[in-house]
Amino acid sequence: MITTDIIIIGAGPTGLFTVFEAGLLKLKCHLIDALPQAGGQCAEIYPKKPIYDIPAFPEVLAGDLVDNLMEQIKPFEPGFTLGERADTIEKQDDGTFIVTTNKGTQHKAPVVAIAGGLGSFEPRKPPIANITDYEDKGVAYIIRDPEIYRNKKVVIAGGGDSALDWSIFLSDVAKEVTLVHRRNDFRGALDSVEKVAALAKQGKVNLITEAEVIDIQGNNTVESVTIKHKTEGEFTQKTDCFIPLFGLLPKLGPIANWGLEIEKNAIKVNNALDYQTNIEGIYAIGDVNTYPGKLKLILCGFHEATLMCQSAYKRINPGKKYVMKYTTVGGVAGFDGSMKVAKKEQVLNIKDL
Amino acid sequence: MTDVTLNITDREGVIHQVEAPTDMAMNLMEVIKGFELVPEGTIGTCGGMAMCASCQCYVTSNHELPEMEYDEEAMLAEAFHVEENSRLGCQINITPELDGLAVTLAPEEL
Repeated sequence: MITTDIIIIGAGPTGLFTVFEAGLLKLKCHLIDALPQAGGQCAEIYPKKPIYDIPAFPEVLAGDLVDNLMEQIKPFEPGFTLGERADTIEKQDDGTFIVTTNKGTQHKAPVVAIAGGLGSFEPRKPPIANITDYEDKGVAYIIRDPEIYRNKKVVIAGGGDSALDWSIFLSDVAKEVTLVHRRNDFRGALDSVEKVAALAKQGKVNLITEAEVIDIQGNNTVESVTIKHKTEGEFTQKTDCFIPLFGLLPKLGPIANWGLEIEKNAIKVNNALDYQTNIEGIYAIGDVNTYPGKLKLILCGFHEATLMCQSAYKRINPGKKYVMKYTTVGGVAGFDGSMKVAKKEQVLNIKDL
Repeated sequence: MTDVTLNITDREGVIHQVEAPTDMAMNLMEVIKGFELVPEGTIGTCGGMAMCASCQCYVTSNHELPEMEYDEEAMLAEAFHVEENSRLGCQINITPELDGLAVTLAPEEL
């Protein structure tokens, strides 16, 4: 069991900045994120895109913003549970919460801050009616262990980097690799595209473009798929596995069933006070929350995180006095023993000269 | 600057006639969001970067639209329910030429 002061669900910019504000109040944080890396959308969807409305940054790349936040919070030694989705929450008799992930990792804290953005990123599933029936029975949307495809017949669908890269990789592992893509051109990195083209020429990858997988057949497990070609029509392809790789889509997911008040696909909070939800001790900050006049901006998330931490402090330290101190005055005392503090002016006494 | 009239069919098949301003640098996705023609959170997921297909729509009038740029083309190559007349709403800026444009929203990806 991981214990901390604040469990932060979502390691996007808002979640990361929460660690800093909490740290100033001597509160420790642990972040949970379904993605394998910190940064949320900024890292996953648009790391190379510029943002122009972060105060005092005329322009900053989303990826750099995340790197800077990671640097800023380092002294507060946040814990991370990455690549796992927060699935359930239980309130204990002592008022603390236990958050458990889809992989069973348990976290305990008196305060939970949901900074989940648009939700957790889930694989985009193609609209094939019976596809869910074959999940884990030949259909997979993420390749975790490529060894399970050894000597198997595999059909991959998609036109991005992951479809290309896995086609290349599995061409050495699987018995047969078929890559199905709707267009003639691929959007992946140029060398991956060239490699796949070369493998197709050598007969190591069966490349079918201008086509889509539209149906799956099999008695319990995948035995074949129906491929629809733009001009040649439909045909059946024998296969053991079907791996659609169409990227990720954010979903609010299990959080929607935590008993929190949901409005417009977001969590309702008390914005007059501290961004607390209808469940005391659970806060929602950043893009995941809603209140009258809400704007889904990173800079608003930072503000919400700051106020939320003040409220969390009072909950964790009832009755204990605290007055907000400017970092310029108080410096930043890290949990790692580091101390950042403003340099003192050199004072020279006139008599010493 | 004047407003243009757009005919937007939502995901339930209801036709909405809306007046959209041409002087606010808005795109079609933002107009649909602004008029709340679909539930919040089901359109414009990526914020308008052509990086999701939540604003995909089918253009059903004969308007001459600006050509697709690489990002839009690439996203539509990966999206579902794509037809010949598919476009991403976030890549269509509201200009006076669009007066009378008719679009139907593509089904939501689940």
